[in-house]
Amino acid sequence: MKLDEFFVTGDPLIYGADVSIALTLIGAIFVLTYFKKWKWLWTEWLTTVDHKKLGVMYIIAAVLMLFRGGVDALLMRAQLTVPDSSFLDANHYNEIFTTHGTIMIIFMAMPFLIGLINVVVPLQIGARDVAYPFLNAVSFWTFFMGAMLFNISFVIGGSPSAGWTSYVPLAGLELSPGVGQNYYLLGLQIAGIGTLLTGINFLVTILKMRVPSMKLMQMPMFTWSSLITMVIIIFAFPVLTVALALMTFDRLFGSHFFTMMDGGMPMLWANLFWIWGHPEVYIVILPAFGMFSEIISTFARKTLFGYKAMVYSMVVIAGLSFLVWVHHFFTMGAGGAVNSFFSITTMLIAVPTGVKIFNWLFTLYKGRIRFTTAMLWSLAFIPNFVIGGVTGVMLAMAAADYQYHNTYFLVAHFHYVLISGTVYACFAGLYFWYPKMFNHRLNERLGKWSFWIFVAGFNLCFFPMYFLGLAGMPRRIYTYGIGDGWMSLNVLATFGGVLMGIGFLILVYNIYYSFRYSPRETTGDPWDARTLEWSTPAPVPHYNFAHLPEAKGHDAFWIMKEEKKQGKAPEKKPYKPIHMPSYSGVPIIMSVFFFIAGFGMVFSWHWMSILGLIGVLATMVIRSFDYDKGFYVSVEEIEETEKKTTL
Amino acid sequence: MKSFFALSMFLAVMVLSGCSNLTVLDPKGPVAEQQANLILFSIGFMLFIVLVVFVLFTLILVKYRERKSGPEYEPPHIEGNVFLEIVWTVIPVIILIVLAVPTVQTIFALEEAPEATSHKDPIVIHATSVDWKWVFSYPEENIETVNYLHIPEDHPILFKLASADSMGSFWIPSLGGQEYTMSGMMTELYLQADEVGEYRGRNANFTGEGFTEQVFTVTAESEEDYEEWVEEAQDAPKLTQEKYNELMLKGHTEEQTFSETHLQWVDHGMDAEYATKVRNGESTDEDDSSEMDHSEMNHDDSEKDSEEHSH
Amino acid sequence: MESVEYSPNTPLEYQSETGRLNILGFWVFLGAEIALFSTLFATYLVLVGRTGGGPGPEELFELKGVLIETFLLLTSSFTCGLAIHYMRNHSLKGVFLWIGVTLALGLGFLGFEIYEFVHYIHEGAALTTSAYWSGFFVLVGTHGAHVTMGIAWISLILIQLKQRGLTPDTTRKVFISSLYWHFLDVVWIFIFTAVYLYGMVM
Repeated sequence: MKLDEFFVTGDPLIYGADVSIALTLIGAIFVLTYFKKWKWLWTEWLTTVDHKKLGVMYIIAAVLMLFRGGVDALLMRAQLTVPDSSFLDANHYNEIFTTHGTIMIIFMAMPFLIGLINVVVPLQIGARDVAYPFLNAVSFWTFFMGAMLFNISFVIGGSPSAGWTSYVPLAGLELSPGVGQNYYLLGLQIAGIGTLLTGINFLVTILKMRVPSMKLMQMPMFTWSSLITMVIIIFAFPVLTVALALMTFDRLFGSHFFTMMDGGMPMLWANLFWIWGHPEVYIVILPAFGMFSEIISTFARKTLFGYKAMVYSMVVIAGLSFLVWVHHFFTMGAGGAVNSFFSITTMLIAVPTGVKIFNWLFTLYKGRIRFTTAMLWSLAFIPNFVIGGVTGVMLAMAAADYQYHNTYFLVAHFHYVLISGTVYACFAGLYFWYPKMFNHRLNERLGKWSFWIFVAGFNLCFFPMYFLGLAGMPRRIYTYGIGDGWMSLNVLATFGGVLMGIGFLILVYNIYYSFRYSPRETTGDPWDARTLEWSTPAPVPHYNFAHLPEAKGHDAFWIMKEEKKQGKAPEKKPYKPIHMPSYSGVPIIMSVFFFIAGFGMVFSWHWMSILGLIGVLATMVIRSFDYDKGFYVSVEEIEETEKKTTL
Repeated sequence: MKSFFALSMFLAVMVLSGCSNLTVLDPKGPVAEQQANLILFSIGFMLFIVLVVFVLFTLILVKYRERKSGPEYEPPHIEGNVFLEIVWTVIPVIILIVLAVPTVQTIFALEEAPEATSHKDPIVIHATSVDWKWVFSYPEENIETVNYLHIPEDHPILFKLASADSMGSFWIPSLGGQEYTMSGMMTELYLQADEVGEYRGRNANFTGEGFTEQVFTVTAESEEDYEEWVEEAQDAPKLTQEKYNELMLKGHTEEQTFSETHLQWVDHGMDAEYATKVRNGESTDEDDSSEMDHSEMNHDDSEKDSEEHSH
Repeated sequence: MESVEYSPNTPLEYQSETGRLNILGFWVFLGAEIALFSTLFATYLVLVGRTGGGPGPEELFELKGVLIETFLLLTSSFTCGLAIHYMRNHSLKGVFLWIGVTLALGLGFLGFEIYEFVHYIHEGAALTTSAYWSGFFVLVGTHGAHVTMGIAWISLILIQLKQRGLTPDTTRKVFISSLYWHFLDVVWIFIFTAVYLYGMVM
C-alpha cells in the first residue's frame, strides 16, 4: 500500500484536521512534559479503577465526541443550506453523515450516560465501588480505543460511507471496497466489548452492592433506570457483536452471510442490526428518564410522583423494545400481518412513556420549582420529547410510514427524541452532578445562556424537518435542486444548527470559566437534594463513604435530613479500615493491544492483528495470575480525609 | 417556557402558509390519498395530546414556580394517585386503539389494487433499481424505459420491484408511499394516478455515491395518450443483452427507451448475482447463474446440475 | 472486611465477597452468551438451504464422527462435575485427576472437530462456499473456539491450583470455569440437534 493511499489526501478540510490533530498532540505532550505530569497522568488516571474517575474520563471522551459529531452535523447543514451547493461532494457528504450517526450514538450518547452512571450509581446505592472495578477500567479503555480506531479513519485510510446502519449490499465488499467500512466494524466491535462488560458490571453492582438497608423498591429512579438499561445491554449487545462479526467475515474472509452472491441474505443484516438497534434506542433513553426523574424531583422539592408506575413502565418499555425492530423497515414488503403486528407493538410503547410524562408533570404539581440550569434542561425535555413521541406514534402507523420512511420526517423524529431525551439529559446530569465530580458548580448564568440558545436552535433546526419530510425530501441526499422548494426550511434548519453549536461552545467555555472562577463547594449537598450521593462530603473521598449510610426510602438522604431536623442525629461510630481495589495498568495495555489488532484487521495486515491478539491474551494471562487483593485504607487516613472534607 | 409554544406555533403558521408543496399531503392518486387521510387523522389526535401536555405543563410551571418574595412554602408529600394513573394509562390505550384500527385497515387495503378501479386489470411494470438509475420494464407491452415512466390515469399499476445491486426504495410521493427494491427478492406495490401530470419519483433509500441523482419522472396521461406513447416506444431500438449489461455498470444515464425487456435474460427478483457478474466480467449465461432455477425462463437443467456439482 | 462466620457447609468459593460476586457475574455473562449463540443459531437456521449451488449438508455430514464428538463432550461435562465434587471434598488430587480427564476429552473433541472441518473443506464446502456453509462454520466454529479458550483457561487455572492449592480464590476460578464448560456442553446439544440431526434429515 502506498503512503498516499494510507493517508487520506486531497481534501483541504482533512488537511486542516491533520494539522489540528498533530498540533493538539504536540501541545498535549509538551504540556505534560513541561509540567512533569506524565507520572501523575499514569498513576492517577490511566491506571485508575475508581468509578468516579472512570466516569469523568467517559464524560470527557463523550464531550470530545460530541464536538466531532457536532462538527460533522454543521458541515452537513452547511452543505444543505442552499440548493446545488458544491461545498461537499457526494462521497464526502456520505462519510460525514455516516460518522455523525455512528459517533453520536455509540461514542457520544452511550459513554456520556455510562459516564454519569459510573459517577453516580455507586454513590446512590451507598457502595464504595462497583462489583468489578478492574473490569470497569477494561470497559472504559476498550470503549476509548474503539472510539479512537473509528475516529482515525478520516485521516488514515478513509471513513466509512454506508450510513450508520451499514445496510448491505451497499456496505459489502463489492460496493464499498475501501477500508472505511472495516473501521466501522472493528471500532464498534471493540467498543462493544466494553459496553457488554459495563452491562454485567453494573447489573451485579446494583443487585449486590447496595447498602443492606436499601430494598429494590427503594432505589433511586436513576439507579432503577440504569439497572433496566444494563439488562437490555446484556441481551442486545451480543446480537450486535454477532452481526458485526459476520459482516467482518464477509469482508475479510470471503464468507457469504450478507452478500448477493452464493445465497447470501442482505436483509438478514437489517434484521440483526435492528434487533440490537431498537433496544439500543432505549439503552440511551432510559438512563435519561432516570436522570430527569431525579432532577425534577429535587428542584420541585417533592418526591417522585408514582414511583412504582415509573419502575414498571420502564420494565414494560424494556420488554417491548425487543419486539418492535421491524418498524425500521415496514417498507420491506413483509406483508400486512407482520406490519400490523409491529405497528401495534410500537404504538404500545407510547403508553408507558405517556405514563412517565404525566408522572413527571404531577411531580411538578404543587411543588416549589427552582429554575436552575439542570432543571431547565429537564423541563425543556417534556414538551420537546412529547413532540418527538407523538411523531413516533405517527411513524409507527405502518401505512403512513410508507410516506415518512427515509425522509426528513424521520430525521426530525429521532433527533427530537434523541436530543431532547438523551442530550438534554446529559447536559442536565452534567450540571446537576458536576459539583460531585469536580467540587464546584458550573456557572448558572452562562448555563442559562447556553440552554436558551441551544434549545431555541434545536427547535429551529429540527421542527422544519418534519415539513421537509412531508414535502418529500429524502434523508441522506447531499444536495437538492432549487425547483424542489426545500430551500427556505433548510436555511432555517441551518440557522438553528448554528445556534446549537453556539450553545455547545458556551457550555465548553462554562467548563473553563467555572474551573477558574466558581467557588469551591463547602457542602456535599449544593442543591438540597434527595438521594444518597449527596450525603457524601465535598470532595468525595476515594472510598466514597466513611460509614455506610442507611436507606429508609427512595429519597434516603432527604429522610436523613428530615430526621436530623427533628434532632435525631445519628450516633458517631468509630471508623473501621476500608478495603479498596488496587489500580492497574493492565486494562489500558490490553485495550491498546485491542487497538493494534483492530487496526491490523482494518488493513488486512494479519501479522499485526495476530500480534495484537497475542498481546490481548497475554494481558489476560497476566491478570489471571494476579492475586492482588487490594488494600485497606487505615483508620488514621480516614480520619485525616474526613477532617479535610466538609459535609 | 412559553417561548417553546410560541416558537412552535410560529413555525407551524409560517410553514403551513407555504403548505402547497407538502407533496405527501397533496395526493394525486388513491394510494397517496388513503395515506394522506391517515396522516391527517393522526395529526389531529397528536395535536390534541400535545395541547393537553403543553397546557398542563405551562399551568403547573407558572403556578408552582418558586417565588422570591412569597412565604416559605414546603411542598406536600404526594407519592401518587392510583385513579389519576389509571386515567392516563387508559386514555392513551383508547387513543391507540382508535389509531390502530384505521392503520391496520389501510395496511391491508394497500396490499390490493385501489378499489375504485378494481374492475380494470392492472398494468404490470417491473421497476428495477441499479446503481444509480431506474429500469422500467412493461412485459405486456414489451417495452423498457430507463429513468422515466409513462402511466395512464385512473388505471391501477402493479409495480414489481427488485434491485440489481444495493437496496433501494421506489418512491413517487405524489402517488403513494415507498417500497424497497432488493436483489434476489420481489416486492409488489400498487399505485395509481388520478390526475394527468408530471410527477417526480426517486430512490429514497441510500445507495451510495450517486444516490441523490437516482431519480425518474412519471408522466400520467390519458389512456389514449398512453396508448400512443406505447406504440411509439415499441418502435424504439431493440434492447440487446450487451446494451443491458452496460446499464448494469455503476453510474448515471439519460432517459432511454427500448423495445423488448430485459426479463428475457434476467429477473433480478430471482437472480441476485447478475449485476455483480457483469461488473466482474464473468459470464452471465443462464447456465451459470445457480439461483435461476425458479425463473420463468427454462433452460437445460441437467447441464446446470452437472456443472454445479463439478466445482 | 467483615468477619462473617461461614458454616462448614458453605463451599470455599462462596466464602468470600469476591467469590459470590464473580460467580453471579459469570452467570450474567452466560446470559449474554446465550443471546450470542441464539443469534448465531437464528442466522444459521435462516441460511439453511441457501447453498448457492454448492454441496448441501446431507451430502457431507457423517453421523459417526459427530456422535464421537458428542460422546466426548458430554462425558467431559460429567468428569468436570466430578472435579467439582472432589473440590467440595477438599481433595486436590481428585480435582487434578478429573480436570485432567476433562481437558483430555475436550482436546479429543477438538481433534475430531478439526478433522471434520478439514474433511468438509476438502470436499468443497468451506466458509467461502455459500451462505449455508458460512453459517455452519461460524456457528460450530464459534463453539469450537469457545472450547479452545476453555481448555487454555482451565490449564492456566491448573497451574494456579498447583501453586496455591485449594483456596477461596482458586476454587472460585475452578467453579466458574466449570460453569463455562457445562454451558458449552449445553450449546453443543443444540448444535447436535439443530445442525447435525436436522441437517441429515433435511
